[in-house]
Parts: sequence; C-alpha cells; structure tokens
Amino acid sequence: MSLRPPTAPRVDRLGSLLGVTALAALVAMPFVDFKANRIASGAARSLGEALPVTSALTVGAIVAAVAAIAVLVTNARVRLFAAVVGIVVVGLAVAAAADALTPPGNRIVRVSPGIGCWVLLIAIALLGTDALARLRPGPAARVACLALTAAALYAGFAHGTFDNLSVMREYAVNASSFGREARQHVLLALGSLGGAVIVGLPLGILCHRVARLRGAILQILNLIQTIPSIALFGILMVPLGALASAVPLAAALGVSGIGAAPAVVALFLYALLPVVANTTVGLGRVSPGVVDAARGMGLTSRQVLLQIELPLALPVIVTGIRIVLVQNIGLVTIAALIGGGGFGTFVFQGVGQTAIDLVLLGAIPTVALAFSSAVVLDAVVDALNRTTS
Amino acid sequence: MITVESLTKDYGAARVVDDVSLTVARGTVAVIVGTSGSGKSTLLRMINRLVEPTRGRVLLDGRDTKDTPVHVLRRHIGYAIQGHGLFPHRTVAQNIATVPTLLGWERARIAARVAELLGIFQLEPREYAHKYPHQLSGGQQQRVGVARALAAEPAVLLMDEPFGALDPIIRSKAQDDLREIQRRFGTTVVLVTHDMDEAFRLGDRVAVMSQGRLLQYDRPAVLLTRPADPFVSRLTGTADRALKLLSLVTAGEAAEPGAAEGAAVPAATPLREVLADLVWRGASVAPVVKADGTPGGRLTLAGILARGRAG
Repeated sequence: MSLRPPTAPRVDRLGSLLGVTALAALVAMPFVDFKANRIASGAARSLGEALPVTSALTVGAIVAAVAAIAVLVTNARVRLFAAVVGIVVVGLAVAAAADALTPPGNRIVRVSPGIGCWVLLIAIALLGTDALARLRPGPAARVACLALTAAALYAGFAHGTFDNLSVMREYAVNASSFGREARQHVLLALGSLGGAVIVGLPLGILCHRVARLRGAILQILNLIQTIPSIALFGILMVPLGALASAVPLAAALGVSGIGAAPAVVALFLYALLPVVANTTVGLGRVSPGVVDAARGMGLTSRQVLLQIELPLALPVIVTGIRIVLVQNIGLVTIAALIGGGGFGTFVFQGVGQTAIDLVLLGAIPTVALAFSSAVVLDAVVDALNRTTS
Repeated sequence: MITVESLTKDYGAARVVDDVSLTVARGTVAVIVGTSGSGKSTLLRMINRLVEPTRGRVLLDGRDTKDTPVHVLRRHIGYAIQGHGLFPHRTVAQNIATVPTLLGWERARIAARVAELLGIFQLEPREYAHKYPHQLSGGQQQRVGVARALAAEPAVLLMDEPFGALDPIIRSKAQDDLREIQRRFGTTVVLVTHDMDEAFRLGDRVAVMSQGRLLQYDRPAVLLTRPADPFVSRLTGTADRALKLLSLVTAGEAAEPGAAEGAAVPAATPLREVLADLVWRGASVAPVVKADGTPGGRLTLAGILARGRAG
C-alpha cells in the first residue's frame, strides 16, 4: 500500500454555482410579493417574514441541504432526488406563505412568488435537468417523468394548495373561460398542424420526386416564414373577410376576416415549411440502394413509398412536426389579438389592465403546453430512431 | 432461359447499351463484365425492367417480359445488389420474407422458407431472424441480401456487383456459396461485375462489354484463347493467361488413365493448384481421387502444361 496524499472532497462547479445562487436567493431576496389589491404596487416579504419561524427554518434547512448536495455529491440520482424534493418544498412554502399572508376570507389581497422564489426555483430546476440529462433516460422514461410531474401538479391544483396565490386568484375569476380558451388554444395549434401535415406531406413527396419544383416550393414557403405573424394575420383579414361576404356558406361555417379562420390559415402557412422541408430531407436521406432493391423485388411505387420510404423518413418528418407544434403553441398566443381566442386572450387582457397575474395565467400554461409537446415528440423521434438505425 | 434480342438504351443523345443480343441457358451462370460506364448494369436492369429499353426485347422462357405487369415480373426474378440494399427498419426474417409476402404466401410457408434459407446461408435462425441489418457484419448482410433474392424460389436471379463491398476473403467464400446454391436450386444467374477473376470463377459464360457494345460472349477458356477484340485480351490480362486457363480446368477433367504414387489430388481441384503443388513437391506426376474416394487416373506435369497452351 502506498500512501496517497489526502484528496479534497470533489466539488462540482455547476452545482456550486447553483447551490450558492439558491442560498443567496433564499437569504437575500424577497420570497413573496404582497399587494393590497390586484393593481397596487407590491411590497417584498422575505421567507422569515412570510412564514412562522419553525416553518421558515425547516424550509431554509431543506434548501441548504439541497445546496450542499449540489456542491458535494456527484451521483446524478441523488442530485435529481434532491432537486425534486427542493422544488416540492419551495412550491409548498410559497403556497403556505400565501395562506399565511392572506387574512381569512379576504379575496382582494394578492400574494405572488417574489424574485427570490423564482431564482430559487430556476436554480433547483437547473440542478434537476442537469441530473436528468446525465442519467440519459430513454424515451419512455422521459414521458413517464413528464406524466408524473403533470399528475403531481394536477393533484396540487385540485387540492387547492395554491388557491391563495395571485395567479390562482386570476384563475378563480376566469375559471369559466379558462377551459374554453385552453381548448381553443389546443384546437388552433393542432388544427393548423393537421392541415399542414395533410398538405405538406404530399408536397414534400412531390419536392423529393421532382427536383425542379423543390427550389421553387421551398423558396415560397421560406418567404412566408419571414412575414411577421401580426402582419400575416392582417394580410389574411382582407381576403377572408371578402370570402365570407361573397360566399354565405363560408360565413355560415365560421369563416370571417377576424377570429379563428385567419389564425388557422396563418398558422397553417407557417407550419408548411418545416413539414415540407423535413419530408423532403427525410425522403432524400433514404439510401438509393434500399429503394432500388425494393423496386427490383417487385414492390409497386405505392408500396415503396408507404412501406419503405415513409417509414425510413419518419424520424425526420416527426422532427418537423415537433418544430411546428412547439412553434404553433407559441404563435397561437398572438391569434388572440384578432379574436382567435386561446391563452393569448388572458395575456392581452392582462397587458391592457397592467395585471401581471393575468398575463401569467395565459403565459404559464402556454409554456407548459409547448414544453410538454416538445418532450413527448422528442421521445417519439428517439423511439423511432432506435428501431431504424 | 433468358433471351436478349437487340437491346438498345439511349439516354438523350448518349447510347448506353448498343444492340446487345445474348442467350443465357437455363440453370447456367452468365457474368457480364466491363469497366464502369460500359453499360453492363443498364443491360442487367433491362432484364427486370428497372430500365425500359429504347429498342429490342427480353424473353424469359420465350415470353416477352413486356407482356407481364412490371411488379409481377419482378416478383418472379430474384434481385441482389451491391451493398445488399436491406431494409434497415425490418428484421432479417422480415427482409427475407419480402417477396413471399408480396406473393401472398401463407405465414407458415413463409416462416419455413425463411428458416430454410437462414440455415443454407449459415445464419442460425434463432440468433439472426430477429436482428436488424445494422446488427450484422458486412458478410452476413450480403448473405441475407442473396437469401432475400432467392426467397420466392425464382428461376432467374439478377445480381449487380453483389460482392463488391466485401473484403477478399469473405468475397471468395461468398462466391463459393453462390456457386453451390446455384447448382442446388438450378437457378439461372446473370451477374454483373468489373472483376475479371470473379467472372472467370463464377461464369459458365462471360459477356465482355465496352462502351455499350457486347464484344464477346463465350466460355471463359475461349475468351482467353481466342479473344475477339484487343479490349477483351486487355481485360482478361495476357501476362498470366496460361495460368488462368489452368485454373478453369479441374483435375478430374484433365486426368489421364493410369496410376501414380504420392499424395492424391481431389478431382475438383483446379489444374493451377495441382501444378503449384507438383512444383512445390518437385514431383512430376500425381494420382487423382474422385469425390467418392475411388481412383480417377493421374496427372503428369507435361499433361498439365499442355492444357495451358494457346489453342
């Protein structure tokens, strides 16, 4: 046995940064904002001011433990577990702070997470995603993680844990329209995506087969992509309005210059480029030898397309669909400007009323929806790639 | 039997195949050899109509290939290409089952055929049937490619540089396997290659093409002894043609009556190897033994050398 010099405990650099940031946010930044009413300016409250001493100390101790794990422990599973515990504790603490600061029966005061709470959540979330990335979970495991998170959040909301937080106050006021706008948001995003797939897939196949058309079609779609969304909504108002007044049937079907129709058309146009381009690229990536063998063995051109070319191009095509879906979920927000509905309705109402809580009521579900679709479709692409290459 | 009549293919102003006629007898192997751009692949691809001829026609057992719908025609002609062309998203078993499935065979019959072919190509069915092509070695992929081409028991097999991507040792084994399987099933094979040694090794008849034209179509020995064109002798190589000629004749074919002392030579051995063996041992005569173990005469040094002479 040789004597080795004593080694210092290994310090994780990213973990140190995140741990120190979390502690600083906890100690030096306001944990919650307290407002006497919806549009009054807020007053900062630290964790100690918001919660009873024992609760505050418990939360502080747990966050300190998470920070210590971030700095000292390299095992990804332990770090992920610490991050999950940290996020749950901070989430419950902010909910408890809202309960403690709200006088019983008072529906007017507003308590929202302060800057310290947000920094804390972001630091711990980064710790968690870093750990998750190091664990390299398979596609099924990632979807399972997402489902578990969604279920936990749903349970929290259903139980009323967060009811005294300002965003949930806005939700309580808008509960009847929230479901409707959510449905409208998803319908607009998926409807335009569906249209883009139905039109874009054959167009992509055409671009793959006829090289001369490829440049022209992709050029036009590129051009559409560069039109700012507000401008495109505006441009579409005129022809759709004219169509509605000229064709009664169109008007009866709900087509008009404003509302959902121009929104769907605009989103559909934006969605075409990723679908067409990825279909073309995906089909072009299929080995010529594979197609030659398929034809040589007597598959009809339809069978070659459906059984060989499309299945092999599928991962790339689904990647295009993922781009479109995430892009659409974001863009639908703008559609509220022309009366298209969706979560954007809350965002623009909130902007108009300088009520930041209402903006968040529209923005947070939009981000969550976009993030979830990205995770699910990434998992699908991953699963497809595993079988074909 | 495959009859090619005055096949011509033009791409715009370029004539890729120029008035080629040839016949491949049932159960034999015809090898089309030529440099790249000679039109050999195009000629092959006109047989299963992957390329439609500008002029001329192809008859299979007397029937014009134009009279059969093209996908039906192709399902009855095996097709194997360089780099195997296996479907990467399907398992080995599914790949081999491609044409039987298209033909609507029953599942049990397909499964039995797949297992039989995997066995013939020395791929243990339980281990390989459910693997994906990317999990196999290059030589295994190539064997699956040929097995797939043979799956529906086609009378005719077309092969476009099937062994081009293999290293020399695996290629030589694949060539031996092909010859054995071809004899076993009595398949008529048309194979395209740029490798003259492969052509001589596999072909009952060899067609030499250059710039779209068929220069000579004959038995390998005739190509060596009576080349119809300077290009043919350039392609076959003149420096070692005596030895090439010897490699085309087996000990059994060249044996003379009589007996001899020393180690016996199996009847299937090419004369070239017998000669090398005699030189090595310093012997001038060797006995020949037939496949069934009975004596098959003898070979003398002088007799072997006479076989390597021109004419």
